[in-house]
Amino acid sequence: MTGMQTLLYKETLRFWKVGFQTVGAPILTAVMYMLIFGHVLEGRVLVYGTVNYTAFLVPGLVMMSVLQNAFANSSSSLIQSKIMGSLVFVLLTPLSHWHWFFAYVGAAVARGLLVGAGVFAVTVYFGRPDFVYPLWIVLFAVLGAAMLGALGVIAGLWSDKFDQMAAFQNFVIMPMTFLSGVFYSIHSLPPFWQTVSHLNPFFYMIDGFRYGFFGVSDVSPWLSLGIVSTALAVVSAIAVNMLRTGYKIRS
Amino acid sequence: MSAISFQSVSKTYPTQRGQSGAAVKALDDVSFDIQQGEFFGLLGPNGAGKTSLISILAGLSRASSGSVTVHGHNVLGDYAAARRTLGVVPQELVFDPFFSVREALRIQSGYFGIKNNDAWIDELLASLGLADKASANMRQLSGGMKRRMLVAQALVHKPQVIVLDEPTAGVDVELRQTLWQFIAKLNKQGSTVLLTTHYLEEAEALCSRIAMLKLGKVVALAQTSELLQAASSNVLRFKIDSELPAALAGKARITGRIVQFPAHNANEIEQYLAAIRQAGLEAVDVEIRKADLEDVFLEVMSGKSKAAA
Repeated sequence: MTGMQTLLYKETLRFWKVGFQTVGAPILTAVMYMLIFGHVLEGRVLVYGTVNYTAFLVPGLVMMSVLQNAFANSSSSLIQSKIMGSLVFVLLTPLSHWHWFFAYVGAAVARGLLVGAGVFAVTVYFGRPDFVYPLWIVLFAVLGAAMLGALGVIAGLWSDKFDQMAAFQNFVIMPMTFLSGVFYSIHSLPPFWQTVSHLNPFFYMIDGFRYGFFGVSDVSPWLSLGIVSTALAVVSAIAVNMLRTGYKIRS
Repeated sequence: MSAISFQSVSKTYPTQRGQSGAAVKALDDVSFDIQQGEFFGLLGPNGAGKTSLISILAGLSRASSGSVTVHGHNVLGDYAAARRTLGVVPQELVFDPFFSVREALRIQSGYFGIKNNDAWIDELLASLGLADKASANMRQLSGGMKRRMLVAQALVHKPQVIVLDEPTAGVDVELRQTLWQFIAKLNKQGSTVLLTTHYLEEAEALCSRIAMLKLGKVVALAQTSELLQAASSNVLRFKIDSELPAALAGKARITGRIVQFPAHNANEIEQYLAAIRQAGLEAVDVEIRKADLEDVFLEVMSGKSKAAA
């Protein structure tokens, strides 16, 4: 293995060793959402005119889990190792900032996709969506996970304390995922909130991801692809630059 | 080619946000070279700048000005080659709680692109008294074991230059001996060693050359033997139950009842003893011993030594 592959392996092994909380817990959370929202709204709501609510909800929950867990992986690994001091073992190696970036984001994508697959496997029992365009499903899952993994690198480097990290998670990541159309089609929102949702890059990730299942979406999947790719490029550039300059890790 | 070269290295830490006061100058124009195969000691009181200098060498910190090379590789411009050459034992007792001892060492090897390193890992574990802990989780190790594990992690890629930042703090005497035997063996095989320690008897026994730092400046740099010769050659040591007169106390090192005077010749010793007698005091357990590195260190730090660089 090369140095970068080793760091990727180490970051993957890190979450796998505590898989009960890093993979099991988010799957359970998604099942709770499905039980509650699916049960209450099933039969009362039809989305896109033809899709029943539970089937609509499944891809939303899967993508929400992918995004939140990809973020959690890179951010928690960095903040923990910064606070415990064990980041020094990586800082002392010849690995470049690109190696760091691809390893931390790669492990975040791995955890995001693993949790997403787990959530899908469990929630699909409640409402089976179609698979109209599987490649779009995979593409948006990977791009979304990568963007949140890179955002996690930024948050992990920026945060000095766990409460700063919690604030980032609770006041940025959580609202953006909840207001992205996980639980509803934004066409059911008032015009003002529709406009606000269009400013949220998470909306395009979930909308594009859902397009892969139903072949129907709120906006064109190409527009979503363009916006998600641009957002990924911007966030990655910031994260790579922070790693290159050793922001808060090399004094 | 020098193993390590520090050229006019300065480091200023800016004032922390929300705190008043001037910026802190941790290192002030530090320059010296360490030759390949040397066992070099870097000494100084807390806050002298030892760890700042090592952090810059290791790439954990950046110099405000000046340059550092390891085997000719600049630690900034050619950091990958410099870090492959370096094995650094950090001062802080840190560990990754997710892994076992062997896993952590395999991972550390992997960062340097080294595969199938188990033979060397086993040798490291045996040499550092950790062979029976290979499968233990890092959390299960005692403080001394964690310290030795830091040494193993630093050596896992067989670095040509070994940097030890207070490696024996919290390690018991027997294991300290084991550690030094192993490091001395690596030094004999050609590795360069840079050591910082507060145990001055260790530095005296191991280091062929020593630099002393005070407030970020090099205040002494010489062969260990030269430092010992340049300082007061003897120490008058005795115990006393009363307080020394102020004029004498200013020249002495006092630890509880034990009083020590640096002395260059028999005349000085006689003068000290006469002054004690004239003050009506009684010195007991009087002895004269050769000055050691601790005496030199204290002299240099007080600015009285002739050994300054």
